Amino acid sequence: MSDDNKHTLVAIVEDKPGVLNRVSSLLRRRSFNIDSIAVGHTDQAHQSRMTIVVEGDDARVEQARKQLDKIIEVVRIVDITSIPSVSRELALVKVKASASNRSEIIQIVDIFRANIVDVSSDSLIVEVTGDGEKVDSLLELLRGFGIREIARTGRIALTRGGAGPLQTEEKETRVSKQLPKTQPPEADALPDW
Amino acid sequence: MKKTGAQILCESLLKEGVEVMFGFPGGAVLPLYDTLPQFPKLRHILVRHEQGAAHAADGYARATGKAGVCLATSGPGATNLVTGIANACLDSSPVIAITGQVARPFIGKDAFQEIDITGITLPITKHNYLVLHAKDLAEVVKEAFYIAQTGRPGPVLIDIPRDVFQEEADFIYPDKVNLPGYKPRMFGHPSQIKRAAEVINNSERPIIIAGRGVIISGAFTELKDLAERAQIPVVTTLLGIGCFPETHVLSFGWLGMHGMAYANHAVHHSDVIVAIGMRFDDRATGVVSHFAPNARVVHIDIDPAEIGKNVQVDVPIVGDVKNILEVLNQQIVPREHVDWFNQVDKWREEHPALSIRDSDSLLPQYVVRQIYEVTHGDAIVVTGVGQNQMWSAQFYFYDKPNSLISSGGLGTMGFELPAAMGAKVGKPEEPVWCIAGDGGFQMTIQELATVVQENIAVKIAILNNGYLGMVRQWQQLFYGRRYVHTPLSGPDFVKIAEAYGVSAVRVTDKKLVTPTIEKAMAHDGPFLIDFLVEPEENVFPIVPPGAALVEALEMPTPEKVTRSSK
Repeated sequence: MSDDNKHTLVAIVEDKPGVLNRVSSLLRRRSFNIDSIAVGHTDQAHQSRMTIVVEGDDARVEQARKQLDKIIEVVRIVDITSIPSVSRELALVKVKASASNRSEIIQIVDIFRANIVDVSSDSLIVEVTGDGEKVDSLLELLRGFGIREIARTGRIALTRGGAGPLQTEEKETRVSKQLPKTQPPEADALPDW
Repeated sequence: MKKTGAQILCESLLKEGVEVMFGFPGGAVLPLYDTLPQFPKLRHILVRHEQGAAHAADGYARATGKAGVCLATSGPGATNLVTGIANACLDSSPVIAITGQVARPFIGKDAFQEIDITGITLPITKHNYLVLHAKDLAEVVKEAFYIAQTGRPGPVLIDIPRDVFQEEADFIYPDKVNLPGYKPRMFGHPSQIKRAAEVINNSERPIIIAGRGVIISGAFTELKDLAERAQIPVVTTLLGIGCFPETHVLSFGWLGMHGMAYANHAVHHSDVIVAIGMRFDDRATGVVSHFAPNARVVHIDIDPAEIGKNVQVDVPIVGDVKNILEVLNQQIVPREHVDWFNQVDKWREEHPALSIRDSDSLLPQYVVRQIYEVTHGDAIVVTGVGQNQMWSAQFYFYDKPNSLISSGGLGTMGFELPAAMGAKVGKPEEPVWCIAGDGGFQMTIQELATVVQENIAVKIAILNNGYLGMVRQWQQLFYGRRYVHTPLSGPDFVKIAEAYGVSAVRVTDKKLVTPTIEKAMAHDGPFLIDFLVEPEENVFPIVPPGAALVEALEMPTPEKVTRSSK
């Protein structure tokens, strides 16, 4: 992550209509710019995973995270910025290429372990996967040849190691929706407040 | 047996204990209105404008603690609810708004009276639904009431297309909700409560700031127990008024822009603030960088997003106030803070915010105080927004929770009459006084017709000064006395009331204030008094915008305190 002010929020949300709108509209009205947002299914039915990259100081982003957590369909949301994690973006780049410089482009693409996924007489489509920095550096190099079009996904991320903060819960723990009015939940399960 | 969507909705409302709803019919909700006669236990009150329905549901909810229900048709009916829904959202009031929508085949076609009301109300509801199948209705109603009334309460809107009301489905009312992403934390973290107790036990100049969360949670005895155990002075927020008896020896009024100067001084000089069910609103804190510079803050609230939002917090405890105080109180060491208490009491002597000028003219403060005297403080007071609101909060003493109902967060003029109507419907046995200004009252004056048609016996006091008084006061104090568009040439409120069928009297003489209030109380049914009060009377104290709490401007000539009634 090149920018210190950028935060990666990962949310597990219920797969219902309008959830993306609720998330993006909340960030807009609390004056956040969304750098990128990526949404996809999880291994659980009816749940999606959102990876949201926003800019802001820690306190502001934490306030936004807590507000997002209040959206009914947001099941869990974690700021993984300071947690060791793997993050990836994907880009498809259509580059001008002639017979004379095609091999030069292929060399660069190889160094980045990117792939050529389409070839025509005057262009190539390059597929690159990596963290934002890697994608940026390849784009910088390809720019010299002339870029015709870029399609870029937002960032997706997973925390490293065993149990992560967003790990899918076991089925049985998802059953008790009604709040127990009489007995407190396990103290250990709560954040420290 | 199959039922129509409209029947399923009504059955579901009955299952949720709904007795009354405030609404206004229209094309998209016609199938529902056609079904209402089958459900005589669901009382429907016909308002004259949908904004009135939303405020009435809000007033009902605040007076009773139960969810209030309002109903409107699609398009303009739905958009007219918006102000009332926003008002309920900012004051955490459990309002269920049910709107009709155009039939499903017309959605997205800019059909007649089609509006995307779930989109419009996204930022001002706790949650909202567009129901596309009658079979989903029961579950949605169950969830809506659950979400509106638990955790930090708030409004929930249910948008139902016309043909969904007509569609048939099996009616099975669920006994549980399935909301994996909504689990309000009810109990505080034990180690945080322990830390809070240590901070409180070691404090020299502690103060409690209690907000509406105490009322919502029903934690009056627990709050009293905490205050008395450690002899901690209590101030409230505007919306917290009534959560601690104002005639209690430890009560030091309420803080903020128009709060008592001694309350603001006490907060400013405290070393520990125990903030309970409140959110450090900017009207309460003054300029936040100068707010209570030496205080450590213990913040108890059910909404984790309120922690650290405006003020830095030393010990946060997230959970239900009542549950937390029950545990916390056991760890509080009984002690006295004699020096601190004497100091705060001294500020109260030096800053007599509740004095009423000795004057022959008809002062609005005097009117409010006489309403207090005549009702023995037993009424539910519902205010408008502006000067009338501040005088109502200052010069009436509230000893019971929910005895003051006021629009705090949104500051909605026009809230007063419909909200008073809702409160009276919810608490028919209690006297309800609507204290209004001549400006705000005209915003929802049409509800006088509702009051008459349904014989809702609210008593209305208009503090009529011929100005948009609070704005005029700001123009006087901060805009070189340029009264731009604040003078009003009001209507004859007595004639208007009488035209609607409400008995009404005008009072211009101070000596007639008490007997007229008594007359209104004795009158069977709604009654309006038009008090022609001192036109340029100001609300004091006032913390100027951008100033710290202790920099309040006070009454220019503080005179003798008249607290004899306490």
